[in-house]
Amino acid sequence: MAANSHGKTNGSTRWVGTRPVRPDGVDKVTGRARFGADVHLPNMLVGKVLRSPHAHARIHSIDTSAALALPGVKTVVTRDDFNDLPSEFVPAGEMLINYRDVVRNVMAREKALFEGHPVAAVAAVSEKVAREALARIKVDYEVLPHVLDVVEAMAPEAPLLHEDLITAGVEPAPTTPSNVAKVVEFKLGDVEAGFAEADIVIEREFSTQPVHQGYIEPHACIANYSEDGQAELWCTTQGHFVVRGHCAKLLGMDVSKLRVTASEIGGGFGGKTVVYLEPVALMLSRKSGQPVKMTMSREEVFQASGPAAGTRVWAKVGMTNAGRITAGEAVLKYQAGAFQGSPVQPGCMCAFAPYDLAHVKVVGYDVVVNRPKVAAYRAPGAPQSEFAVESIIDELAKRIGMDPVELRLKNAAKEGTKAAYGPTFGPVGLVETLEEAKAHDHYRTPLKPGQGRGVASGFWFNIGGETCATLNLGEDGTIALVAGTPDIGGSRASLCLQAAETLGVDVERIRPLIGDTSTLGYTFLTGGSRTAFASGMAVIEAARDMIRQLCERAAKIWDIPVDAVEWIDGEARPAGSNAGEFEPLSLADLARLAGKSGGPFVGRAQINAQGAGPSFGTHIVDVDVDRETGRVTIERYTVIQDAGKAVHPSYVEGQLQGGAVQGIGWALNEEYIYDDKGRLQNPGFLDYRIPVCSDVPMIDTVIVEVPNPTHPYGVRGVGETPIVPPMAAIANAVEGALGLRFTDLPMSPPRVLKALGDARVPKAA
Amino acid sequence: MAKAHVTTTVNGDAVEFLCDAEQTLLDVLRDELYLTGSKEGCASGDCGACSVIADGRLVCACLMLGVEAEGLAIETIEGMADGDQLHPLQTKFLEHAALQCGVCTPGFLVAAKSLLERNPDPTEIEVRYWLAGNLCRCTGYDKIVRAVLDTAEEMRGG
Ligand code: FES
Ligand code: FES
Repeated sequence: MAANSHGKTNGSTRWVGTRPVRPDGVDKVTGRARFGADVHLPNMLVGKVLRSPHAHARIHSIDTSAALALPGVKTVVTRDDFNDLPSEFVPAGEMLINYRDVVRNVMAREKALFEGHPVAAVAAVSEKVAREALARIKVDYEVLPHVLDVVEAMAPEAPLLHEDLITAGVEPAPTTPSNVAKVVEFKLGDVEAGFAEADIVIEREFSTQPVHQGYIEPHACIANYSEDGQAELWCTTQGHFVVRGHCAKLLGMDVSKLRVTASEIGGGFGGKTVVYLEPVALMLSRKSGQPVKMTMSREEVFQASGPAAGTRVWAKVGMTNAGRITAGEAVLKYQAGAFQGSPVQPGCMCAFAPYDLAHVKVVGYDVVVNRPKVAAYRAPGAPQSEFAVESIIDELAKRIGMDPVELRLKNAAKEGTKAAYGPTFGPVGLVETLEEAKAHDHYRTPLKPGQGRGVASGFWFNIGGETCATLNLGEDGTIALVAGTPDIGGSRASLCLQAAETLGVDVERIRPLIGDTSTLGYTFLTGGSRTAFASGMAVIEAARDMIRQLCERAAKIWDIPVDAVEWIDGEARPAGSNAGEFEPLSLADLARLAGKSGGPFVGRAQINAQGAGPSFGTHIVDVDVDRETGRVTIERYTVIQDAGKAVHPSYVEGQLQGGAVQGIGWALNEEYIYDDKGRLQNPGFLDYRIPVCSDVPMIDTVIVEVPNPTHPYGVRGVGETPIVPPMAAIANAVEGALGLRFTDLPMSPPRVLKALGDARVPKAA
Repeated sequence: MAKAHVTTTVNGDAVEFLCDAEQTLLDVLRDELYLTGSKEGCASGDCGACSVIADGRLVCACLMLGVEAEGLAIETIEGMADGDQLHPLQTKFLEHAALQCGVCTPGFLVAAKSLLERNPDPTEIEVRYWLAGNLCRCTGYDKIVRAVLDTAEEMRGG
């Protein structure tokens, strides 16, 4: 079967760009791989969390005595066990978190702020006893009015979540608290002047629902705290160094006393960049003196771990009759959940990023509501704002009868474009993805009757950051690669390929490992599409460090100056005839001679990776709408994205396909349903329906490669951009099929039916 | 309440275990027999990560009680390879990169094996509907479906 990729390579590479079987593959197809919940320790207890049944309630008292009296219960933890922490913002993925809030999210203090908010936890000899113990804890709640909707939460009379929350970012600072944590603004040029140049101006209001990352593996960990104040923690996370930092802070420990090991991770998509169970498990273990294992049920995952922000977005775009976009303006209102810190800022920055515009203004509001605190979800903040803008762009194109790809090409951001959020782009690949779209068989194939076709583009920054890596050369010439970024989708394979390329050795000779927090220097988490880029740079740097050492050793053995030695194709050679006549020394030769010639070889790198390459993608989708049931069927889907360089093209395609299908779920089905008491009605996969295999077609992919100049092989990072375009692409396609524009997600069968019904009924005069 | 004593066969080996009446087969496999290859994604029969074969039938181990395993032949992912020989599905999943995080993979492999035993020549649609009870959030299913179709073709000697 032909692979579904049309990857183009630039430059000549021997390993980068190939598709070997991933090094951790066999463990994953045999059930051997150990995920968060797959470890058992001797003498282990089971930890369970008591969660608030109320969306908003003051906690007057918590009585745990009856629970503690139950045989088999070893300890109970409540707010009294955690010290309060002052306000201090630290990075978590592409978002910021505040320790004052983290300690409250992990264990409620003054108030329960959402249904599912942890209130207490127990450790007991079995799951059964732990459950019984939870039922015996008495909590005295004073139920308070709650608010779930972002616009209602902004109203002056809305119930206040935090009595001390003063809006940041407005001058002069308000004197009374509200649910608006922050207002941000990005401006370029003068939007009023821009709209004055326009022949057509379209403005619309959009809404998106919170959606869960939906990783199949629930949160899980095992903590083992010893009497001397040291602890080990095994958990499923996107960043074990980040977990170490948060847990040490919450438990008042030195980071050196806490060793965190990242298990294999069963999906994260941003949702495993924060801590939930981990500090609680450590506290239970500290108090009980025994290892404690905790896992979340799927219901708990839905109730209490981070969805993406639900939003209200107003956007306005002006254009000339010739198709030149003259100005863009938007107001973004993002749900943060129970604590501040929605991704509204990146939402603002991304909104108009695909276009080369002179006049842009975007204002964003970060608003707390009685829902679980949002967490990053693939390109956090961008899908919601770009859904609005890309929908209007489509409408503008239809208004002047211009092909929507053409309109985007006319206005596309390119090298030299100054983005409204600040930087001037270097080489970027939006134009290339649009050209590929135009030329693609999908775009040229006529639609069947009743179908609609939609296109949308998307943007994400990508990030770098602090990263370490080590290469240990074994005595037989094979190499152990140690990285600090948990492998969530095949990154070990791409790191080995980059090391093999740099060293000039067979990739099979490199075995990767994700080191625990004691084996490497601080390494930021897997997120921001940074792993192939930043850990890749670290691995390349470590390989160069090793090559330096190998060349020095060869020089010593040959007794010639080191600059007379060069490293080519995995071996040290004398550089030119002046250097002398010597048989090349291969990596294996030097490894064998290491002990006799001066000692072992270890290549190291500790970098703060800069220059992540922004990434653009363009999606094409064909839909069919069942007019009887309102069901939208995806008939054909193509993702085109600039990867910079696809290190392992199969896993790049996988990112594009997976992101697109998550976007399909966001567009068509996924939403949280609450009752009037603020209780989640669909905390399970039956009623919160993510796309299943029979819902989707094959997802075609085209990898464009416009190299990122700061990475030696041109890598940009690919994981996040693919979730940005689907919502608008699908809405644009549905508009094509029905002539109805959907501005509210999801476009689920009941909504589509209602819209069809409304359209059929003639409006009363 | 006293635990129940259950005699069963797991991956061809006679196995006895004690379990509480409310423990599911998945709990028993994972927590009593330490066969952690079957995963718990939902415990409600909606994700298929716990897929096992019980007396030839594909079931969600989270929906069966441990005591119901009495006398049955249970097959889990741990028994899929034959010694050091991977099952063709396992090999094709690796070749096609049909896994990203891999947590859904044991369930997909067990379910796909059960499909190919019944239908050695499934269409793409048949594969998609048979696997509709297995959730994957990472791959978008494309490479999984390709891997299963390719395995079927190879096993037919195509
Ligand atoms: S755990 Fe059994 S179906 Fe999800
Ligand atoms: S590979 Fe992660 S859920 Fe399927």
